[in-house]
Amino acid sequence: MSEPAATAVARKGLLIGVATGLYGISFGALAATAGLDVWQAVALSALLFSGGSQFALVGVLGAGGTGAAAVTTSAMLGLRNGFYGLQVSRLIQKRGLRRILAAHLTIDESTAVTIAQPNTRLARVGFWATGGAVFVFWNAMTAVGAVLGNAMGDPKAWGLDAAAAAAFIALLWPRLTTTRARLTALAAAAIALLTTPHAPPGTPILVAATAAVVAGLLPHGETVEDEGL
Amino acid sequence: MNTWTVVLLAGAISIATKLLGYLVPQRWLSGRVISQVMHYLPVALLGALVAVQTFGSGSHGPAIDARSAGLLVAIVALVCRAPFLLVIVLAALTAALLRQAGLG
Repeated sequence: MSEPAATAVARKGLLIGVATGLYGISFGALAATAGLDVWQAVALSALLFSGGSQFALVGVLGAGGTGAAAVTTSAMLGLRNGFYGLQVSRLIQKRGLRRILAAHLTIDESTAVTIAQPNTRLARVGFWATGGAVFVFWNAMTAVGAVLGNAMGDPKAWGLDAAAAAAFIALLWPRLTTTRARLTALAAAAIALLTTPHAPPGTPILVAATAAVVAGLLPHGETVEDEGL
Repeated sequence: MNTWTVVLLAGAISIATKLLGYLVPQRWLSGRVISQVMHYLPVALLGALVAVQTFGSGSHGPAIDARSAGLLVAIVALVCRAPFLLVIVLAALTAALLRQAGLG
């Protein structure tokens, strides 16, 4: 159990933090163009602290969806963090406030680094380094993006609506490793598009979640692994 | 619901969800079907979000415009293993340039 190994894990966490910070800028800008002010964008990053849910929330609001649809979509996308917690809490054994902090930092990135480590000590270093770095950079860059977004004028002229779609496909891409995952994504896309003209904004995405229920209920031949990042 | 309510409510639900993962006994949620559905839930939601964000046009049917070109470029960039930020920048640039040229 050497120090260089711990340093390498900590550095990896830091680099992941910097990378997510960069896309925190795009989140801040999208939040601003969806009608959130700088403080609301920053509060969302600090309190919700889960990229996919945050992009979804401002995506639904930006498309004219109701607050209820935005919150529901965000909550459903965030469910996976609870499942990460089941795995990570076994390694990060904390009590009281530190447990609450650990739970809040349990997201895609920190979970992926934590469960990839060969032993508990490195797992803990990886967890706190990644979770902490992502939290700091994600929040700081959200503020930068929100300020920039407010100053940019018409978001469409900058292609920010296309940037939101690109963010979603980039978050989705690493999960499309099996045929069933690809079919699930395509079915959900089709359901959402077919229901859009007939349902209030935001709800087609929730209806499309039935694709996941069907995919989960059908018998499995292949094993499913969590890709994390 | 005003915007602050949305922000605070979504934040509270997120924190509660994460805490539940630390507090709920493992066996409650480790059932095969539940974990399978949970595995596919982000896939379905993100797939739907891509579609609505790219082709959605309010109460009308699907529309093909500068956003579709942006998505196409994003997919090409992902196939080429471009980093996350580059994917987003290329997609935005594509849509912005097409609109600058009066297309989409």
